[in-house]
Amino acid sequence: MSRFFSSRDSCPAIKNILILDSEGKRVAVKYYSDEWPTHSSRLAFEKSLFTKSLKSNARNEAEISMFDSNIVIYKFVQDLHFFVTGGDEENELILVSVLQGLYDAIALLLRATVDKRETLENLDLIFLCIDEIVDQGMILETDANVLAGKVAIQSMDVSAPLSEQTISQALASAREHLTRTLLK
Amino acid sequence: MAQPLVKKDDDRDDEADYSPFLGIEKGAVLQEARVFNDPQLDPRRCSQVITKLLYLLNQGESFTKVEATEVFFAVTKLFQSRDIGLRRMVYVMIKELSPSADEVIIVTSSLMKDMTSKTDMYRANAIRVLCRITDGTLLTQIERYLKQAIVDKNPVVASAALVSGIHLLQTNPEIVKRWSNEVQEAVQSRAALVQFHALALLHQIRQNDRLAVNKLVTSLTRGSVRSPLAQCLLIRYTSQVIRESANNTQTGDRPFYDFLEGCLRHKAEMVIFEAARAITELNGVTSRELTPAITVLQLFLSSSKPVLRFAAVRTLNKVAMTHPMAVTNCNIDMESLISDQNRSIATLAITTLLKTGNESSVDRLMKQITNFMSDIADEFKIVVVEAIRSLCLKFPLKHRSLMNFLSNILREEGGFEYKKAIVDSIVILIRDIPEAKESGLLHLCEFIEDCEFTYLSTQILHFLGIEGPKTSDPSKYIRYIYNRVHLENATVRAGAVSTLAKFGAMVDSLKPRIFVLLRRCVFDNDDEVRDRATLYLNTLGGDGAVVETGEDVKEFLFGSLDIPLVNLENSLKNYEASEEPFDINSVPREVKTQPLAEKKAPGKKPTGLGAPPPGPPSTVDAYEKLLSSIPEFANFGKLFKSSAPVELTEAETEYAVNVVKHIFDGHVVFQYNCTNTIPEQLLENVIVVVDASEAEEFAEVASKPLRSLPYDSPGQTFVAFEKPEGVPAVGKFSNMLRFIVKEVDPSTGDAEDDGVEDEYQLEDLEVVAADYMLKVGVSNFRNAWESMGADGERVDEYGLGPRDSLAEAVNAVINLLGMQPCEGTEVVPNNSRSHTCLLSGVYIGNVKVLVRLQFGLDGPKDVAMKLAVRSEDEAVSDAIHEIVASG
Repeated sequence: MSRFFSSRDSCPAIKNILILDSEGKRVAVKYYSDEWPTHSSRLAFEKSLFTKSLKSNARNEAEISMFDSNIVIYKFVQDLHFFVTGGDEENELILVSVLQGLYDAIALLLRATVDKRETLENLDLIFLCIDEIVDQGMILETDANVLAGKVAIQSMDVSAPLSEQTISQALASAREHLTRTLLK
Repeated sequence: MAQPLVKKDDDRDDEADYSPFLGIEKGAVLQEARVFNDPQLDPRRCSQVITKLLYLLNQGESFTKVEATEVFFAVTKLFQSRDIGLRRMVYVMIKELSPSADEVIIVTSSLMKDMTSKTDMYRANAIRVLCRITDGTLLTQIERYLKQAIVDKNPVVASAALVSGIHLLQTNPEIVKRWSNEVQEAVQSRAALVQFHALALLHQIRQNDRLAVNKLVTSLTRGSVRSPLAQCLLIRYTSQVIRESANNTQTGDRPFYDFLEGCLRHKAEMVIFEAARAITELNGVTSRELTPAITVLQLFLSSSKPVLRFAAVRTLNKVAMTHPMAVTNCNIDMESLISDQNRSIATLAITTLLKTGNESSVDRLMKQITNFMSDIADEFKIVVVEAIRSLCLKFPLKHRSLMNFLSNILREEGGFEYKKAIVDSIVILIRDIPEAKESGLLHLCEFIEDCEFTYLSTQILHFLGIEGPKTSDPSKYIRYIYNRVHLENATVRAGAVSTLAKFGAMVDSLKPRIFVLLRRCVFDNDDEVRDRATLYLNTLGGDGAVVETGEDVKEFLFGSLDIPLVNLENSLKNYEASEEPFDINSVPREVKTQPLAEKKAPGKKPTGLGAPPPGPPSTVDAYEKLLSSIPEFANFGKLFKSSAPVELTEAETEYAVNVVKHIFDGHVVFQYNCTNTIPEQLLENVIVVVDASEAEEFAEVASKPLRSLPYDSPGQTFVAFEKPEGVPAVGKFSNMLRFIVKEVDPSTGDAEDDGVEDEYQLEDLEVVAADYMLKVGVSNFRNAWESMGADGERVDEYGLGPRDSLAEAVNAVINLLGMQPCEGTEVVPNNSRSHTCLLSGVYIGNVKVLVRLQFGLDGPKDVAMKLAVRSEDEAVSDAIHEIVASG
């Protein structure tokens, strides 16, 4: 794992993805780097990151900051704070694409009401989304439509006959079909 | 009536804090997980329970081994359900639980079934889960499926297999390397992300095969890579190939440069930026190569996106360190970033501007920074202060406005670290720019009028005591200093009293007035202040008592203690108050941490108040005292130079020895610092036997053995040589450590009575010409050069033969001469064909020497050098030429 994160010549690597609420509490977090091995070191990182970024205006455009020789890109939406962390040699714009992909996919899945309450009520979708965007630090997919499509099709039973599918399931399956044709 | 109101409030609170996970508890959720075992599975319910479990883990809750095993087995039951959503959650859950090897077996068959399923989503996820939890043995079983998956027509499946391959390469490289045919096929995929993952994996498989990477890059840079991410990777691999390919075409076009430049016109910003950054980081990049990259970065500077601005300014900041001229075009855009809302961007912009700014833009820049300073955090302010300090040293003529700026910000609010950075900067400027001294001292005086930090006040008072009396009008500082005696705490008052005494000692005309002030201090209510005042009155003769000679007083006031402070502190701690007064002579003089302190000293320029500005670093003082305390060496005269310690043993050997060469006019003393690293041994009568047969002009005159060298407590032994007076004799010495070794019982620490004589071979030691040269800089080389006059000048030309680079040649000559490079001329700009280097130093016999070196490339590699030496003594100028001619 460490080698994966060390070399500049290797792939772009994501060290963590954090979604915190307006008080800095966790909504959903995922760490990929062993830079923060313990729960307390992670909490400490989140706390200082949250306090430091609080004053900035990251509502319209994603903001950026150097933090303990890491680059953190962040964006605030309603009462949620999204963070993506990468190494200090990382191409900042690649990190942005991950953050943007994550946020846009979540917005699609939650039908544009992205706030803490809605996120917690659909936490399973959020977990799946984070699972689909980065795999052990390696960027898996950044296109929000593809991401949302991958997460959304899951809410149906393949074996169930079409008539028994709900409208949203049908919609999701249509979306999957669409994304697949787009990718071909 | 009050009741419903309260209730309403409660309701609202509930709503604001509402969370589906409110009051969630681990025990209860683990109970709920029993539904996984129901014969009739409710997918929705099960999904909810898994989400709760994941939520708990996410909040930092941890499961015990037993709990984790139970949950894992329960979750495996869910493979019976055919609900995709639930299955998806099961995959995530298994990855979170990271099961042990014997547990993995339980799910292997289910996952392998999913891996061959018709549903793409099952295949993709089963691959990711299986590869995550599997070990090498299972991998061979599923290898066939993984190879198929890599070339699967569904991009999600292919990506899953490729990314898993990237992770598996760390643990099972042999297996993954067998997939390169499939991976190569996937590189050609039409799906963007598949191409990215395939390229990453292929490169990692082949990264140790330079030729293969070269081929890969060559073929891909011609074709079209679709995904921006893959294109970024390709740019990284291309710069790697450029870096590794020998720089044989110095003048011709760089291979692949065209590709990088082409990427600057890509439609994706991340590719443009990656390419621009790659170009700026090319080895020995020329300004022609830089221009297009700087142009796109300049466009980014005015982007509406903070991230783009940050990326661009950060890269330009790095370029400014090596190619300040290339970045000057961006100065206007950069200046507008000073007021950027994002403070990281603003700070980077300022430090870049301070690097690229020229003398004429300094004033304008300072104005802008002044507006901006009030609303940034202290840590950024410190960065700015440091940048301004280096700017001021670069443009000494601008010291007035820069010093004013520093004094202005010194008056504003700020924490200790920030204030200390400013004070340190002013002190350094006072030291290095003589014209700035008077105004700088006044600024410091004004600062202590209203300074809340005792440490800074006392340091400044100490500094004033040294510098103030040397100014044209010392009397104007007295008021500031005496005010401290009235208004401050005891520590500062005591400091102020000492400073007053220093003025009294140095400036005779002020003496009567100082006496008046000191006499008032005798009535202070603090013991230390009173004691100091009385003491100084006494030594300066203010109370009509016997007046000591002026020299003694100055020595007392300004001289440093001739014992290491650490040792003094230890001795004082050990001293118990008794009839017997503390005897300062009982403090050990040997400097124990010497090698360490030595190593630190040359690395960093002494900064600010910590190191007293006049005179060489204190370790030299310490050496001098140490040597003069040894009777055998007492008549050698004044110590001219002490070298940095030279290691004579490898690291981590039984005995660690390094040597310091002390050069006197007619003698050389080797000080061997020895450390015994074996706890079971005690060494006695340690001496270094030196064979000087290859150093003809040296004759051994004295040696001082070390009586005892216990474990882990360093000691010194000395050997002294006589050499012709004033002559820079050189030679090679071979060394043998000879001693009597006694066994020590580690449990008691007692040594046996009988010892055995033994020897230990050390590495050879050389005395070289540079040992006779002191590195002493001059602040203005041109002035010094002109005032030295052409009388003692000697000029000659030398061919240095083929060299790796101009910089290497310049360094070699500097090291050979052991002189101090001036005005930053030791740095050779990349790709330059000629270079002038200015050196200054003091040669043995205290003769000032200035050297002007002009280097030029003669042919492809040959370096020619013109050496002009000026010194007060023609013979010395000749000697310098002699050094170069024979070196």
